[in-house]
Amino acid sequence: MRLTEFFDRGEFVVTAEVGPPKGFHIEHLVEEANEFLKGRVHAVNVTDNQSSVMRLGSLATCKVLKDNGLNTIFQVTCRDRNRIALQSDILSAALLGIDNLLLLTGDHTTLGDHPQAKPVFDLDSVSLTHAVKRMEEGFDIAGNAIDGEFPKFSKGAVVSPCSDSVDAQLAKMEQKVKAGVEYFQTQGVYEPEKFIKFMDKAKQFGVPVQLGIIIPKNVGMVRYMNANVAGVHVPDDMIEELKADKEKTKAGITGVEISARIIKECKDYCQGVHIMALGWESKIPAILDQAGL
Amino acid sequence: MLITQLKSKETIESLAKGKTFIVNCHGCKEVYFAEHEAEELQKELSETNDITQIVTTDYICHPDNLALQLKKHMDKIKDADTVIVFSCGVGIQTVAKYLDDKRVYSGCDTFPLPGFQGVTPLQVDCAQCGECYLNYTGGICPITSCSKSLVNGQCGGAKDGMCEVDKEMECGWERIYRKLEKLNKLDTLKYEPKVRNYWHPDAEQTDAE
Ligand code: SF4
Ligand code: SF4
Repeated sequence: MRLTEFFDRGEFVVTAEVGPPKGFHIEHLVEEANEFLKGRVHAVNVTDNQSSVMRLGSLATCKVLKDNGLNTIFQVTCRDRNRIALQSDILSAALLGIDNLLLLTGDHTTLGDHPQAKPVFDLDSVSLTHAVKRMEEGFDIAGNAIDGEFPKFSKGAVVSPCSDSVDAQLAKMEQKVKAGVEYFQTQGVYEPEKFIKFMDKAKQFGVPVQLGIIIPKNVGMVRYMNANVAGVHVPDDMIEELKADKEKTKAGITGVEISARIIKECKDYCQGVHIMALGWESKIPAILDQAGL
Repeated sequence: MLITQLKSKETIESLAKGKTFIVNCHGCKEVYFAEHEAEELQKELSETNDITQIVTTDYICHPDNLALQLKKHMDKIKDADTVIVFSCGVGIQTVAKYLDDKRVYSGCDTFPLPGFQGVTPLQVDCAQCGECYLNYTGGICPITSCSKSLVNGQCGGAKDGMCEVDKEMECGWERIYRKLEKLNKLDTLKYEPKVRNYWHPDAEQTDAE
């Protein structure tokens, strides 16, 4: 089901992200999705060779999850395919009954496990959105007619509300909306004040925004993110909180508490939440419970 | 070898807002420049727009030489609302950098041709992409200053202003944003989605020149 239908109904839309393995057995992924996500989230994002690390494909994984009764979001990056392959995969997604897309530029190849690979970036998040919109209108990006029924998706994109160049992010967000983006998922937020300020400006675009949550697992992880992950900043008091009770943090209880607290503080300012558990999918139900979702 | 082709008359007319100062570069042998067409076009433009001066010079890609060449015209330049440069992408970028607080626009698109490149000092670079984007980006080339050569804005990978690919390199799109902010021209970023054209039959046809 298309995510926009949930937003239109005024629901607080919950999504969670899963990453395919480096191999073709996904029994474990499916089991976890069935156990922890089914019935709790509106849709499951499947990442596309996340962080430029080669893995099982997003589209195939979406299909298997769909066959298991989960609504999915096919993440598509512009790093590995030119416009011909991208549009072809979008048509394949329509064939397989995938209703939602998340359209991204993608990390550079040098950040992953194949740094020698050719970075493609023939299109980017904006021109890819434009391409999908054209296809929905019956034409490919070169202007050739599409046969038969035109594909139709909910087209999503990402934005970084706590980025140090938030004004440039807002400008890009506006470009994405103009190109046809219908919902946004944000980068991980640890500073509710910044997010609320961002939403104050972003609401003018009239497009639903899902607050991004990355469950903080331990001090090492958040320090790493602070040093290396764009648009993510974990404040010192939160690092102290993770430090305070090592056992509690190790058991994931602190991470769940922090995540739920951020959701509660931001809930009234946005239209949904997107949880990036990075392997801690089992904690998602507890977060949603504590956040009252 | 490169070839610069004039942008359409309508485009150039729309760029020549207010008092306009024009710079032509007839520098190096490695660049084919449509001298005659440019002259004609600028003559026509003088009739409809407020062209305060046309300067034809050489090697504006060399910052010191550029400063020297423009020195005697600085009064007119300071007075101008717009500067339009007819040169290869490197020349335009060098002028935009030198006249940091002026609206500097490109009158040309630069294509590659087989052969040697012109005299290009390493400060700025042009990849001869065939559709010069400098008029949208405050005179900073998105093709060579962004690691992904993005043409529709920044990717979200920049951290503390530095590119996700190279922490020693400033994010090109942050530079573009700041420059446009400074020129009070952020509105120019609100363009229709751009899709790059990797096929340039024009460049092939003019090979015979
Ligand atoms: S946008 Fe950059 S690469 Fe393209 S012609 Fe202009 S200066 Fe050269
Ligand atoms: S961080 Fe900036 S320069 Fe680097 S790829 Fe992204 S937009 Fe381009």
